Amino acid sequence: MKKAEAVLVPLGAMVAGLLVFGLFCAALGVNPFLVYASIYKAGFGSWYSWQNTLVRASPLLLGALCTAIPARAGIIVIGNEGAIIVGGLGAIWAGLATPSLPPFLALTVMTFAAMLCGGLWIAAEVALQHYRGVSAVISGLLLNYLAIALMNQLIEGPLRDPSSFNSPASYPLAPSHRLGSFAGTHVHHGLIFGVAACLLAWFLIDRTTFGFAMKIGGGNVRAAQLAGLPVGRLVVIAGLLGGACAGIAGMVEVAAVHGRANESLNAGYGYSGILVAFLSRQNPLVIVLVSLLTGGLLASGGMLQRAHDLPDATIAVLQGILFLFILLSDTFYGRFNFTRTKTPEARAAHANAA
Amino acid sequence: MTRREFLAVSAAAATARASEPLVIGFIYNGPKNDLGYNQAHAEGKQALRALPFVRAVEEASVPETVAAEESMRDMIFQDGATVVFATSFGHFDPFTIDMARENPAVQFFHCGGLFEEGKHPKNIGIYFGFIDEVEYLSGMLAGLATRTNRIGFVAAKPIPQVLRNINSFTLGVRSVNPRATTRVVFTGDWVLPVREAEASSSLVDQGIDVLTGHTGSPRVIVQMAERRGVFACGYQFNQSSMAPHGFLTGAEWAWGTVYLRIAEMIHAGKSVTNGTIPRRLTGTLKDEFCKLSPFGPSVTASSRARVADAKTAILNGSLEIYRGPMKDNEGETAIPAGKILKIEDVELDRMDWLVEGVDGSAKG
Amino acid sequence: MQTQPEGLGAWGIAVALAGGAMRGSIPYMFVSLGECLTEKSGKINLGMEGVLLMGAMTAFAVSDITGSPWLGVMAAAAVGMLLGALHAWLTQQPAVNDVAAGIAMIVFGSGLAFFFGKRFVAPMAPQLPLLDFGGWSRVPAIQSALRISPLFFVGIAAAFLLHWIFTRTSWGLKVRAAGDDTQAARALGINVNAVRFIAITIGGGLAAAGGAHLTLYFPGIWSEGISGGQGLMAVALVIFAKWSPRRCLAAALLFGGAQALGPSLQSLGVNGYYHLFNASPYLLTLGVMIATCTPHRRLAGMPGALGKK
Repeated sequence: MKKAEAVLVPLGAMVAGLLVFGLFCAALGVNPFLVYASIYKAGFGSWYSWQNTLVRASPLLLGALCTAIPARAGIIVIGNEGAIIVGGLGAIWAGLATPSLPPFLALTVMTFAAMLCGGLWIAAEVALQHYRGVSAVISGLLLNYLAIALMNQLIEGPLRDPSSFNSPASYPLAPSHRLGSFAGTHVHHGLIFGVAACLLAWFLIDRTTFGFAMKIGGGNVRAAQLAGLPVGRLVVIAGLLGGACAGIAGMVEVAAVHGRANESLNAGYGYSGILVAFLSRQNPLVIVLVSLLTGGLLASGGMLQRAHDLPDATIAVLQGILFLFILLSDTFYGRFNFTRTKTPEARAAHANAA
Repeated sequence: MTRREFLAVSAAAATARASEPLVIGFIYNGPKNDLGYNQAHAEGKQALRALPFVRAVEEASVPETVAAEESMRDMIFQDGATVVFATSFGHFDPFTIDMARENPAVQFFHCGGLFEEGKHPKNIGIYFGFIDEVEYLSGMLAGLATRTNRIGFVAAKPIPQVLRNINSFTLGVRSVNPRATTRVVFTGDWVLPVREAEASSSLVDQGIDVLTGHTGSPRVIVQMAERRGVFACGYQFNQSSMAPHGFLTGAEWAWGTVYLRIAEMIHAGKSVTNGTIPRRLTGTLKDEFCKLSPFGPSVTASSRARVADAKTAILNGSLEIYRGPMKDNEGETAIPAGKILKIEDVELDRMDWLVEGVDGSAKG
Repeated sequence: MQTQPEGLGAWGIAVALAGGAMRGSIPYMFVSLGECLTEKSGKINLGMEGVLLMGAMTAFAVSDITGSPWLGVMAAAAVGMLLGALHAWLTQQPAVNDVAAGIAMIVFGSGLAFFFGKRFVAPMAPQLPLLDFGGWSRVPAIQSALRISPLFFVGIAAAFLLHWIFTRTSWGLKVRAAGDDTQAARALGINVNAVRFIAITIGGGLAAAGGAHLTLYFPGIWSEGISGGQGLMAVALVIFAKWSPRRCLAAALLFGGAQALGPSLQSLGVNGYYHLFNASPYLLTLGVMIATCTPHRRLAGMPGALGKK
């Protein structure tokens, strides 16, 4: 029943959300079925559409891990945006500082630089909460703004490429330092980092003793401490790992997409990643699925504009509705006990939880 | 196949081709009703309705990220676009370039991009307008209207395009009012309505009585001017409805001219790939790539006459805006004596100075 | 047309700061008071950015359609209460995470606002009437700074009202009890869910009214870029103000004034480093928090139930 639940409940939520969105479209005089068809066609209807979806999903995979990993250790992180930005800045600095390295080494250096910058950024937020009591939600918010200001100041100042007149940007990376795409597609190799990170994260959290210890610390700090677990250290490492993932997302933006650091580093993937993490209930494997779905949704936005004359905000409305329904659906787990007979204790527990 | 048969088949094919609509795609980096930059382009796209063989599609709020590639690609594959207009500077590198490489049969036109011969694929054309002369005329009205001799300019970032506008506007102001000065405030980004409002307000506090600007959409500046009871000059789009009393005039884009011309050239079989459409299509006031907004109610008849005279002089070439000797606002020589920089001169694309009479720093 | 014989020089900064504080503080004031009420009851609402935008758009739209700006403000408050109620109901369901719900609300709220706001970009909706306190001065800059929106005084009144509610009324006591310790409050017979529901709903209404100020007074237009994160910032502001409504007021004035500092310094010719300069409020808040928080003692004034279920 539990396995079936894990699929049926979110599926039911999505159907409900799509229905409400359909009503919304109908009220505006647009045929909802045509809209559904467009969303499907543009997101999943052809290999071409799938490529769009994969490209969109790529940054979400990494951005979501930045919230999911520390969440399993018990701390909610929302500073993903800032970590992506500083990761990107670290990557461009490393890439520009090593122009003569061969491609593989260059990529390694950039990745490490990005992981270091992003990791330290989030580790700081996590440490501040664990050791100093400063809510990571708040510090994450504030540090996001700081990262954006830092990015602007650096890109228009010390990192600036003087020939980038109309749109301040850093010097471009050497072609050998760029991440390419899969042959015959327009999907860049950043996808590999995303999928690999999710798989590694899943393995780490669910198949290693470290992950086990982290989850215990995340469940109950006091109990974990009493059991002798170094909760502080576990939590900070979780922050480092999560931030490293976000940093890689920044590196991918720089190396695969733009070839340089400019203000487009601040692309909003961080906040989308937070949502994906929660919708996936912080499970790295589910993150892959949810990222694909979200990517497909986002990829259909343009089609809605061009084919149905709907404004660009339509996809945001759909996203919002779906997210709200899926979040709400979390409460339906365990409510559908048609086959099991309820013990009096279970019934009481249910009543208290309501 | 005989020669006659061949000609018949070719003619039939040509007619078939001609009866298929020419699908043209547009992408904007913001909302298409922003009363500023993007709306000017959207208005230009609307001009294409005059051509029966064109079907134009557009996508708004396309950010300057990989989403731009996706939008352009979608227009090509899903809508059958054979021409794409990317209207925002940030859409160029690497997005338009990559798309052009991927789709050699499609023609891409980018507004204001920095094309490098030999490095970038040949199916990209650049179009842009030089609006300096119109800013000059607009500045003239500002110079004639001001009573405090202080003009205010709210700008986004100190990039060459913006500096050119500040300078040409100021040159216009001082051509009729040599004692007037322009104070520049940079907001830091293209769309920051609250900061633009604050900047406008504080400029008026400093004694400025004519406001203008160069941001994503200067409508906030124009509205703030009206609220504070000072004059305003618009930019990019006709913002006269924002300031019924204080609007003087404005420097507007007329992208319809460009889009119609390119669409017709393509319909006639020309292309930018083989050079039959010029790689760089630029124009000035004379080519009607830009125009002066209608005059506001407080512009006097004598002011109109002076601007009309100046406009005639510009059109017949007797008035050159960037004529040396010209000093910058730090006392250095910007244009030496005897030198005249034409509006299309590439040196102006690297402008990094502010002309004498401007209070502010080109470094931001 | 006004004549301005001379600028104000350095006094211009003081005037700009004062005017800016009174203008720019209003959205922060309303959103932070709304968030303060919400958090005092023990819940966090990160979705205020969406609520702010919906409030701003609704106020502008209703003012444009009906011709009455006050109707616009009331409509905005109503919409804000609806969104607040939605958030309250949603987060009351077991297993729904508050942070995620808030972010989903940002996406939903801003999406709705941009969607319905498309046709209201160009029109100029009737603005809120100004209260003119500057008639005594002959200096136009001072006159302008002292033309104050009535919402400024509503905000101040709301801050003191909220303080009085928290300290002197039984309902306020219930709110604080619910916020401090859920179990203990329930044991006292307080219907924690109902108290929180009302608090979050009213909080949403307040935040939306703050949004109305943006479109019906300063800058007085509807544009998609009009907020720029003020809703999120106000959440941080509440922490900065240690959950006291009157300190929220002071902090809002501080942030409002700081917003005007950058542009006004530039208009005096002081340039450079403006990005870091503009980020100074966030740095300041973070610094204060790091300095004053401790892990073992709860941050003074922080509702105990915040962050727990």
